Amino acid sequence: MTTVSSAEHTRRDFLYIATGAVAAVGGAAVLVPLIAQMNPDASTIAAGAPIEVDLAPIAEGQIIKVFWRSKPIFISHRSKKEIDAAKNVQLSTLPDPEPDSARVKAGHEQWLVVIGICTHLGCIPLAKQGEYDGWFCPCHGSAYDTAGRIRKGPAPTNLLLPPYKFLSDTKVQIG
Amino acid sequence: MTTQRILIALTLAASLSASGAAHAAEGAPVPPAQKWSFAGPFGKYDQGQLQRGFKIYKEVCASCHAMSLVSFRNLAEPGGPGFSAAQAAAVASEYKIKDLDDKGEVIERPGRPADAFPAPFANDRAAAAANGGVTPPDLSTMAKARTYERGFPWFVIDIFTQYQEQGPDYITALLLGYKNPPKDFVLPPGGNYNEYFPGHVIAMPPPLSDGQVTYDDGAPETVAQYAKDVTAFMMWAAEPHLVQRKRIGFQVMIFLIVLSGLLYFTKKKVWSAVH
Amino acid sequence: MHGNSTYQPQSKIGQWFEKRLPIGGLIHSSFVAYPTPRNLNYWWTFGGILSFMLGVQIITGIVLAMHYTPHVDLAFKSVESIMRDVNYGWLLRYLHSNGASMFFIAVYIHIYRGMYYGSYKEPREVLWILGVIIYLLMMATGFLGYTLPWGQMSFWGATVITNFFSAIPGVGETVVTWLWGGYAVGNPTLNRFYSLHYLLPFVIAGVVVLHVWALHVSGQNNPAGIEPKSERDTVPFTPYATVKDSFMMVAFCILFAWFVFYMPNYLGHADNYIVANPAVTPAHIVPEWYYLPFYAILRAVPDKLLGVLAMFGSIAILAFLPWLDTSKVKSARYRPLYKQFFWLFFAVCIGLGWLGAKPAEGIYVVLSRILTIYYFAHFIVVLPLLGIFEKTKPLPNSISESVLGSKA
Repeated sequence: MTTVSSAEHTRRDFLYIATGAVAAVGGAAVLVPLIAQMNPDASTIAAGAPIEVDLAPIAEGQIIKVFWRSKPIFISHRSKKEIDAAKNVQLSTLPDPEPDSARVKAGHEQWLVVIGICTHLGCIPLAKQGEYDGWFCPCHGSAYDTAGRIRKGPAPTNLLLPPYKFLSDTKVQIG
Repeated sequence: MTTQRILIALTLAASLSASGAAHAAEGAPVPPAQKWSFAGPFGKYDQGQLQRGFKIYKEVCASCHAMSLVSFRNLAEPGGPGFSAAQAAAVASEYKIKDLDDKGEVIERPGRPADAFPAPFANDRAAAAANGGVTPPDLSTMAKARTYERGFPWFVIDIFTQYQEQGPDYITALLLGYKNPPKDFVLPPGGNYNEYFPGHVIAMPPPLSDGQVTYDDGAPETVAQYAKDVTAFMMWAAEPHLVQRKRIGFQVMIFLIVLSGLLYFTKKKVWSAVH
Repeated sequence: MHGNSTYQPQSKIGQWFEKRLPIGGLIHSSFVAYPTPRNLNYWWTFGGILSFMLGVQIITGIVLAMHYTPHVDLAFKSVESIMRDVNYGWLLRYLHSNGASMFFIAVYIHIYRGMYYGSYKEPREVLWILGVIIYLLMMATGFLGYTLPWGQMSFWGATVITNFFSAIPGVGETVVTWLWGGYAVGNPTLNRFYSLHYLLPFVIAGVVVLHVWALHVSGQNNPAGIEPKSERDTVPFTPYATVKDSFMMVAFCILFAWFVFYMPNYLGHADNYIVANPAVTPAHIVPEWYYLPFYAILRAVPDKLLGVLAMFGSIAILAFLPWLDTSKVKSARYRPLYKQFFWLFFAVCIGLGWLGAKPAEGIYVVLSRILTIYYFAHFIVVLPLLGIFEKTKPLPNSISESVLGSKA
């Protein structure tokens, strides 16, 4: 090998770095479709469109289960007793303090709409069971109250609320 | 009477067994090459044309042909006919979709964007029974499922010119290819003579006539225009990501040319010490 | 794989690890220090391109398998939902379907290169036979994969190919029924083809490892067809071969991208966009382009069993090439007659490919027969005799002399 002048060195180094950089950009671009393909596809997203639920047939004290985006949604028509139980709680005693008013829509306090998935590890809790008469998760013993708030057990947070709005007094749109 | 009907159906089915064939018959004229906005490396669908084509599909084709792989939501997806989400939802709601209610009863509800285009018949056998024994084929992939023999040297030249619109050219030619049969041609009952169809006997009667579908954008309401528009719509239905594909393709090409150029000079540099 | 390296890791951890599992040394000796003949031309980059294509096919295939459903009622639909709904699904599927064709383009160039430069000759016979096995596995994998979209060509291609086995005397029907898992190609067939289509690429990858191993034992052949004698005849694999291979790989990707993005269905068949219909056979059953020469040989023979045997024989005969070619000289560069016969053979294969796409009637049948006879004659008659009668040109004394001329 003959000695290489420093000027030639810079030009060669630049070429190598440029080639490497462009190749790296290409490699990264290839990852985009490979990663994106695992996200929900267009049909799954379309099937997850908002749903409408007619509340008229749900009697007081009854809880129904509907599915939105493949998740169970509990719609609870709460009785006066249940609403009072949910309101008369010392917030500071709750693991995840939230007033009942934050759990329902104003003017529709009788309707509690929650995602029916235990916030611990994803099981579906059983309705009207457990110490607090709300929900009880049979998997690991989390107990929720009539506002779907965690009261006891390993679940870290209250049952999540799906996005929803009242289209009329007897019709709710979830999603 | 019934026996005769069955016989006709069988003869038709036999003579049309080639209707599942992708290739135009040998000896049939070559479909004339049309000008398509989606051809070539920078091809794009013409939104107006797709909207007109959809109107023809909806008002004419859909009464016999299913297009079950296409959903209403697709109408609003980028690179397609360019309907808004609200327009697509409105189109969907014009249709009745079979579903189950809470009690498990079969009901008909208005369509939603996520629904596929409903089929005109309950199943293939019902479709065949209503159409002289031949099931009208699903149109979802039709534009890619038909072709004609290019022959040498065209199939080589096509690689360079990127000509790949045999399907659309054939479909347009077929829609315009209804003629009176030649004198000595025996047309089986229930068959129609078509210049471009393999064997020339097609079960589908001429579907289009001048002025049949009203256009609101001033495009001519002629069979020739209808045929091109509905073909373009079928091409989109078969290849909804064509525009995105060609756009990304151009970017990839530029990238690969730059990278191969850089690698070429890197290679020369590296090897310069050896030679 | 080869003792060309005195690799010592720099770091203490590296040295600790290397002592227990010398994988760094293995990679270093195989892909860094490995001596490659300095006169390799660009035809020698197709081995690297093939490894790259195998990687592309395995990665896109694994991804497609995440979205595909191997059931007769859902297969076609699931492929279409990949094309329509899955994010970049159209890209992944077109990469995979066109990737198969690119894989075969590369393998054919690779095989013809080996034939032209006599790469199958001593001491590379095992290397060559491993290559023939890879090629056979590729054909099987390609066929199985073509069945999966469950279009008309999938179904009828599967029917025709599996029926090859019905030619076996006595037990043919039993074997075919066993292959199908039923009395015709159906759901059990699709299921097992899917399973095998997923399996075989990994078998190919395994044989590729053996192929590369054998290559690194005997060293690469080269355009001069003489073995390296001194260090002056070789250059280290990295950076010389790596950068050259990389350049050609990217250049090959331009061809690949041309088809994927601009003509994704050119190499496919329109009939496969019609869902499989067991009641209607398409007018022309044509296999994918890469099988066409063999398909022509199959149809050239009027007898069923003999046709199938001729077809399989036309591939199997490749494995005997090292012994059928009796010439002591490797490279066609120094074999003036062989060079002409090589190109004639190449033209015959192209001709057979063209005939394979034509209907089996009239002049096409006659031509197929003539070319089929020549195909076999090339191996059984031409090559053995050439080695005896051909007057070869004088070989250079060394690789460096052939590159640098008498100056060296």
